[in-house]
Amino acid sequence: MQVPGTEGFRDEQISEKIARAITKIVNSINRKIKIMHVCGTHENTISKYGIRSILPKELEIVSGPGCPVCVCPAADIDKAIEIGKREDTIIATFGDMLRVPASNISLSELKAQGADVRIVYGPNDAVNIAKANSDKEVIFFAIGFETTVPLIGFEIFSNPPSNFSVICAHKLIPASLELLIGIDNLNIDGFISPGHVATIIGLKPFQLFSNAYKVPNVVAGFEPNDVLLALFMLLKQIKNKEYKTENEYTRVVKSEGNKKAQEIISEVFDSVSSPWRGIGRVLDGGLAIKEKYEKFDADKKFDIKITKSVDIPPGCSCHLVMTGKIYPHECKLFKKACTPVNPIGPCMVSAEGTCSIYYKYGE
Amino acid sequence: METDAKGSKIIRLAHGAGGSLQSELIDFIVKDIAHKNVNNGVGVKELDDGATIPLQQINKEIVITADGHTVFPLFFPGGDLGKLSICGTVNDLLMMGAEPLALTSIYIIEEGFDFDTLGKIVNSFNRTAKEANIAIIAGDTKVMPKGTLNDVIIATTGIGIKDENIKILDNNLKVGDKIIITGTIGDHGAALMASREGLNLTTDLKSDIAFLKEIHATIEDNIRNNHIHAMKDPTRGGIASALNEWSVKSNVSVWLDEKSIPIKDEVNAVCDILGLDVFQIACEGKALMAVDSNYADEILAKIKSTNLGKEAQIIGETKSENPKKVFLKTVIGGTRFVDMPLGESIPRIC
Repeated sequence: MQVPGTEGFRDEQISEKIARAITKIVNSINRKIKIMHVCGTHENTISKYGIRSILPKELEIVSGPGCPVCVCPAADIDKAIEIGKREDTIIATFGDMLRVPASNISLSELKAQGADVRIVYGPNDAVNIAKANSDKEVIFFAIGFETTVPLIGFEIFSNPPSNFSVICAHKLIPASLELLIGIDNLNIDGFISPGHVATIIGLKPFQLFSNAYKVPNVVAGFEPNDVLLALFMLLKQIKNKEYKTENEYTRVVKSEGNKKAQEIISEVFDSVSSPWRGIGRVLDGGLAIKEKYEKFDADKKFDIKITKSVDIPPGCSCHLVMTGKIYPHECKLFKKACTPVNPIGPCMVSAEGTCSIYYKYGE
Repeated sequence: METDAKGSKIIRLAHGAGGSLQSELIDFIVKDIAHKNVNNGVGVKELDDGATIPLQQINKEIVITADGHTVFPLFFPGGDLGKLSICGTVNDLLMMGAEPLALTSIYIIEEGFDFDTLGKIVNSFNRTAKEANIAIIAGDTKVMPKGTLNDVIIATTGIGIKDENIKILDNNLKVGDKIIITGTIGDHGAALMASREGLNLTTDLKSDIAFLKEIHATIEDNIRNNHIHAMKDPTRGGIASALNEWSVKSNVSVWLDEKSIPIKDEVNAVCDILGLDVFQIACEGKALMAVDSNYADEILAKIKSTNLGKEAQIIGETKSENPKKVFLKTVIGGTRFVDMPLGESIPRIC
């Protein structure tokens, strides 16, 4: 059955054709090749359509830290939990965030203990909750990469009710690429970059990256044949010893990106050095709400200090999974102590987390 | 593990969502039951759609099913709680190969719920029972203080009868069986999800809610001759849950061909947008069958001749290798597992 608008992008004959071309070029390069993607939705496409099963073994596709839930530090969740314990508060956030283990309990456990924690589908829902509950403080726990940032920026910019505020745990993708390229022994031959992030920020930040570090990069869409084509484009660059950013997702991504969204982001947020769970502090890796809008910044409003937090519990290898150093099944807790029912590390929680995707679709 | 403030483990919503957490809850409840069946009939141990009480003198078996019905919203595109309760009960009986005879109904109602709304549900319940030609022969009502229950819950017991030699069971799949689905999957769950407040998805999707008598009638001969080895209406947890249960209980592997699985465009689109796995989404008017491959084409043709079964397809087969697992050949020719859903599906972030 075909979803309208996906014609060709899920066509087996086209997939086979690209896979054959990929095999040919891999054979001619004649060594192991490692490609990394940095987006949970790409991993989902790869696993859901069984893409690895039709590719040559010499071509390895590893996941980077591409899940905003996974890289959100425990301290930020701890903060939301502390605020959520107050009787006059409502915490609103995306569904994936609820079960992420923090230092002690998760938001889902806080909810089960009686706190008002609500799943929303977007920040606008949280603003509406604030409007309907003027006697309560409504805190939107904002996570996500550049794809979700403009939505939250727009709500803050549009002067929401004074009982609305935001815990800003946003992270930025280009910084993560720079970080990954610097990790020893990772030896990545090329990157697949997330098309939805490029839709917002345009190609320039990616071009700067591939030029500076001499690494092939292709911005890709999320259908199976998008991913296959991006792999082929990367392999061609690798074979020809080129390093540039190419755009596979031309039907959506414009070179300059979405100017309006970029304006909103720079109006409301400053880029800051930011802790990534399991990875450490990343220069320009996150966003903070500008002083101008500080009345909507939950950090300023509630003044909660988390002094001690646990990002990676003992035995958990999420930090190694997120940096592409190991596959989920190489972690000794995977599918044993750590399952999506009782996740120990953050990668097992979100639908975009690498471990959770491997659990669902098999290794 | 989720605990309350005193440290006792707690029941989560996901414990009721048809996945492996639900199995944990059921096991917790049934493990210490002393008598689990009657006269060696199917009982609680088998955890099938229903139970049987053999009546050896007349070579028949009474089939019993129990079901609690709750749905949000109470009225959804294509149906309501009343219709859902009857269809669910009748289908559970049919899926055991039984002829539905009668059911009992218990209405548990929240204080403050209004008679008008209850009237609509009761009307729908009674009308659907009449259409399904099943008698409602006993019942009970309870009213709970406001806040201790959300609106209304209906609990039913279904009673049917079948020949004792008909064995349609989860643990009865044979190697080489063909898997048939009687129509498009995921319609009910996707329609409900799209109609929920906060998502603002506009679709024409309707729940596929229906009782499957017509399909049961058209393949009655095949049921009587045991050409149908297993049958299930894949409700909570979708076909992923049903097929995984079969593969484990019958010690076979199931191999699905994604291209042959009927899915409505809108259902696929809703699942794509929300990041949900369509194989885990509930149907309420479809039957999944494992049938003797020699009769698969004949059975499929019969099902296709009915109104409910026009879009029926053979979607896969069983093998002996890699038992207890469900595999999928994807639309692009790759292979992956279809795993047991764990709990409630949660829409994704981006």
